Amino acid sequence: MKKLISVNALSKSYGNNLACDEVSFELYEGEVLAIVGESGSGKTTLLRCLAGLLPPSAGEILYHKTDGSQIDIVKASEAVRRHLLRSEWGFVHQDARDGLRMGVSAGANIGERLMAIGDRHYGHIRSSAEQWLERVDIPVSRIDDSPYAYSGGMRQRLQISRNLVTAPRLMFMDEPTGGLDVSVQARLLDLMRGLVRDLNLAVILVTHDLAVARLLSSRMMVMQNGQVVEQGLTDQILEDPQQPYSQLLVSSVLQV
Amino acid sequence: MTTALSIHNLHKHFTLHNQGGTNIPVFNGLNAEIKTGESVAIVGPSGQGKSSLLKLIYGTYQATSGMINVLHNGAPFNVIHAAPHEILALRRSTIGYVTQFLRCIPRVSAEDVVAEPLRERGTALAEARSHARDLLARVNIPERLWHLPPMTFSGGEQQRVNIARGFAAHFPILLLDEPTASLDAENRARVMTLIEDAKARGSTIIGVFHHADERHNVCNREIDIALTHTSEKVV
Repeated sequence: MKKLISVNALSKSYGNNLACDEVSFELYEGEVLAIVGESGSGKTTLLRCLAGLLPPSAGEILYHKTDGSQIDIVKASEAVRRHLLRSEWGFVHQDARDGLRMGVSAGANIGERLMAIGDRHYGHIRSSAEQWLERVDIPVSRIDDSPYAYSGGMRQRLQISRNLVTAPRLMFMDEPTGGLDVSVQARLLDLMRGLVRDLNLAVILVTHDLAVARLLSSRMMVMQNGQVVEQGLTDQILEDPQQPYSQLLVSSVLQV
Repeated sequence: MTTALSIHNLHKHFTLHNQGGTNIPVFNGLNAEIKTGESVAIVGPSGQGKSSLLKLIYGTYQATSGMINVLHNGAPFNVIHAAPHEILALRRSTIGYVTQFLRCIPRVSAEDVVAEPLRERGTALAEARSHARDLLARVNIPERLWHLPPMTFSGGEQQRVNIARGFAAHFPILLLDEPTASLDAENRARVMTLIEDAKARGSTIIGVFHHADERHNVCNREIDIALTHTSEKVV
């Protein structure tokens, strides 16, 4: 398995407030890492730093490209980071409105990403958009509708397909199932599990929901007050948490 | 004969930080060695840690100290303190684990639950599904249920789906945690044939068995965890 990302002592502070405190980890191809913790623990800040959307205060994020070369995301230019986010990476926001262009059609939302990496052939863009809509269970007949006309679950699936069209290796997801009804959430989780396996996608997923983490991830990182208190295999953290805070978190989950 | 699994001076204590730091010792210097192709039953009184031992081997429980070497890709691999991606690779190709209960996933059909371990190894969907259907038939799940999520199945049916899943990919080492505990005599016999097939393929079986007669039929040796501690239990 190839290494995808190496993070060394990444910190981010807002004034005196340390949102991420010397976070280090490595991620390999096809791995799904869930970052869990309560609100304010720094998980979303960490995700945004990793994706190059927020400049960290200190530390290093090395992205290992397929050709073997490395990019330090912290030092890279804005243009390099933006290109990565449009091609080899993807970012799925909790609120689909933040990840979609609401003023254009669903098809255009998908096509835009292809055009951003240089695709100019209308027929190809259109057929890719159709394929990816089908892949996320959106009827092709809805291709020319605006995302405003979509339900919350459909918007989220559209946002995911928009990201997948460029065949990314790594996706960042911020509470992708947050705010959805449980039945809609189950469908989305099922879809994401299939995509991760079939596309050998690596995912860094922020969630406060341990059930979502259990279903989707193979690895987990528990954060509290900006620090990683424990990381390991998802089943190990859920069944044999070592640290006081992870034990508290796991034992606080309501059983249905 | 190669060694499939060797456990050296294994210690495992649970520390319950939110219960006043209560310390629960489970293993205090356990040693064991299992050769490739052996079928070994873990025995001992209830609550002594039979299932815990399987979870330690699988990496679900984190050992306090010691060594658990598993034969993986032709070389011993120490599960303790291995990186997550290494343990995941071990689970994909070397160790299979049949748990006591099926963990249901919403919306995923019985045949896809069973096909999943094969899909993770890269087997094509059609082939994995066809293999899954064969296995579901062998554990006596009616065909009309194959495309339904097992959440609504009876306890015995769920357990048989779980077993079919555990035997879907042919693992060199199989951990079985009371695979037949909730099954009737006929279905137990069906599961026994799956275990016998795995043995015939050369798989090493390490299991906890509820029924003494099964233990005797399946296994050539027993490891009594109450007797394998080298030092006294910590109180």
